[in-house]
Parts: sequence; C-alpha cells; structure tokens
Amino acid sequence: MGSFFSLLKRDIQLAVRQGSAFTMTLSFFVIAVTLFPLGVGPELSILARISPGVLWVGALLACLLTLDRMFQADFEDGSLDQLMLGSMPLEIMVLAKISAHWLTSVFPLILITPILALSLNMPGEGIGAMILALLLGSPVLSLIGAIGAALTVGMRRGGVLLSLLVLPLYIPVLIFGVAAVEAAIAVLPVGPHLLLLSGLSLGALVLCPLAAAAGLRLAVD
Amino acid sequence: MAIDLHKFANPARFLRITAVIFPWAAALTLLLLGIGLYFALFVSPEDYQQGNTVRIMFVHVPAAWMSMSVYSMMAISAAVGLIWKHPVADLSAKAAAPIGACFTFLALVTGSLWGQPMWGTFWVWDARLTSMLILFFLYLGYMAIWESYDDPSKAAKAAAILVLVGAINVPVIKFSVDWWNTLHQPASVATMDGPKIHSSILTPLLIMGTAYMSLFVTVFIIRVKAEILNRRLRMMRLVQLED
Repeated sequence: MGSFFSLLKRDIQLAVRQGSAFTMTLSFFVIAVTLFPLGVGPELSILARISPGVLWVGALLACLLTLDRMFQADFEDGSLDQLMLGSMPLEIMVLAKISAHWLTSVFPLILITPILALSLNMPGEGIGAMILALLLGSPVLSLIGAIGAALTVGMRRGGVLLSLLVLPLYIPVLIFGVAAVEAAIAVLPVGPHLLLLSGLSLGALVLCPLAAAAGLRLAVD
Repeated sequence: MAIDLHKFANPARFLRITAVIFPWAAALTLLLLGIGLYFALFVSPEDYQQGNTVRIMFVHVPAAWMSMSVYSMMAISAAVGLIWKHPVADLSAKAAAPIGACFTFLALVTGSLWGQPMWGTFWVWDARLTSMLILFFLYLGYMAIWESYDDPSKAAKAAAILVLVGAINVPVIKFSVDWWNTLHQPASVATMDGPKIHSSILTPLLIMGTAYMSLFVTVFIIRVKAEILNRRLRMMRLVQLED
C-alpha cells in the first residue's frame, strides 16, 4: 500500500511541477465548451437544453487529451520497466497511475464545471446533479482510458488509435451521465442514473486495471 | 472439454478439414440464399400495415444476428488464443472481424432504410441502434489495432484484450430492447414462449439466417486460409533473410 501512495504522490508531483497538464486540459475544456454557444447561437433556451450533453462531451474529450501520456512518459525514459520489475503488482501500479490521471486531469474539470454550466444557462437543479454524475461517472473515463493507453503505449502515433479504441466504450457513461442531469432538470428521480453510473465505475475499477496491466506487459516485453 | 482443441490448433490439419468443408458450405450458401430469397421476396405474405417493406426484414434481421454471433465468436477465439496460445485461434478472430463488420454495416444500413418508411426517420438514437453502432466502431477499432503493430504476435494479444473488453457490449445489444423503452421492437423469435411470428414469415427468416451462417463459414474459410498462408510466407521470407 505504501508503494501505491508513493507512486501516486510522485505522479501528482510530476504533474504539478510540469504545470502544463492542468492548465492545458482546463483551457481545452473551457474553449471547447465556449465554442458551442458560438456555433449554435446565443439563444438561452437552446443552450440550457444542450448544456448537459455539451459539458459531458467536453469533459470526455478533455480527458482523452491527456490519456496517451498516462504511461508514455515513463515508457520513454525507462522508469516503466523499473516499476514493472519492482515488487508492486502491476495491477496496483496501473491503479496508482489511473488515480493520478483522474486527480490531475479529470478532477479539475469537475471543479470548473459549475461555472461553465452557469454560463450555458443550465437550470440550478441540474448543476448539483451534473457535479454528482461527473464525480461518480468520470472515474470510468480514466479507467477505460488506461486500457487504451496501455495498448498504444509503444506506438509513435498512438493518439488517434487511442481515441478510436476508447471513445466507443465511453458511450454508456455519456448516456447515463446526460440522463441523470436531464432527469434532475425535469424534477424526475435522479437516483437510478447515479446508481448505474456508480455501477459502471465499480465494474470498471475491477476489470480495467487487469486489462491495462495485460496491455502493458505486452508493450514492454 | 471433451473435444481436443489442440488437435484442431494444428494449422495443417485445420487447412485439411476446412478444404473438405469448403465446397459444401459454398454450395449450401448458394442453395439456401436462392430458396430463402425466393420465399422472402415472392412467397411470404405482405404485412397488413407495412406492405412490401416488411421484406427488408429478411435481409436485416439475419445480418444483425450474425453481427453479434461473429463478435461473440471472435471474443471466444481471442480468449482461446490468449489462454492456450493457439495461433490459429488468433488468426480466426482476425479473419472474422471484417466479415462481422460487413454484417453490422448491412444491418445498420438496411435498418435505416426500413426505418424511413416505418418510423419516418432514417435514424433514432435509441439503445438498440446506438449499441449496434458501438459494435461497428468496436469492429473498426479491432481491425485498426491489428494494423498498427509490426509484430503479429503482439498485435494478436493487443487485439484479443480489446475484443474481450468490447464483448461487454454484446449482452447490452441483445437486451437493450428489454431494458430500455425503445422504438425498435422487442425480441420476437428467440423468446422464452417460443417464436411470436407466424410460420409463413418465420420459415423464410430462418432459411435466410442459415444461409447467412453458411455464407459466413464460406468466406471465413477463405480468409483464415489466406491468413495462414500469409503467415507461412512471412516465416519463409524471414528464414530466407537469415540464410
């Protein structure tokens, strides 16, 4: 357990000191969301109608942006080999990497979501549900993304392939995430959607580290 | 398992067995497609509401069945390839992927052509249609990952991991019409109470289903054979280079 936390700490420190990862995904998210009012038109009722979907898709794409770096930096400088030689089970190592990715590139998006939601004229009832849905559902993005990142780690231009592999698997999260917010706006029960999102997260938490570890073993040997 | 899988894993024996099956499968495909299409297009009655458009079903439904069966078959072969390291299992999953993608595409296209006169729209974002579209993307991703590794044995493993992760989508497609309230009609052939459609429509549908199945077997044998020969050629070239 100690090595899990030290790896997590190391990855977060790396991200903080580099700095660019935070600001880049955040600004991408903000810009991508801002493009919609410009493209669709500033009519407030339309914006309120599409806001849950826009925010979810924006978060999904912003998360995708940093996925290919999840293992790649360590793969290039050789520390991935060292980590795999160590006594820590590879699955736990992968889980630490996934947690670091979620904390550094997905969590900041959730923090800024309420402001963007307000700017898109999302009704007040929806904003709380949006944050809850993101908190419960977004771990799936990092978890499934880790499989894609592990499978494409050795490739020179893996980013495009990564999105082809990962985006179809993101669709269930998107569907239930948007459904939760829309239910909240329509004052319908939100619980079932949030439960489904948590179920997806828990299932992915069990299966994805195994698959990603298998992918990494393949890339490194 | 009672059947000795290892016996069929030998590529030479596999090629010999498929060489025997191939002409029968090809002949059966032609025969059943002929009979099935004749029954579907001329003999089976018009629907009292849908008129002649109901005949799209005989092309659409078997294609949808095949798209899911082929993916399940790929997932099983990929698992066999991962666990017992049988190269033929990996190659069979690889050979099946483009065929499955074609069936999925056919199901999507015929479905939307059928949707236009019946539902008034080519496409709706309901659970059945969306999950079929995901299946199509999964096939594309699977084929893309095979292309992006230089080493075929690595590509096989990476593709196997991907196909197994994606296999979670198959039950979602199957039960999507029961779990969600969709525009697509619920299951009406393979239900617990037996088929819910009349035999004048069911018989041609099942004939078409069998025809698609044997079409798959025919094309599959050609493709696996090509893959095995391709791999042999590659080995021969490598040996030649080493000399």
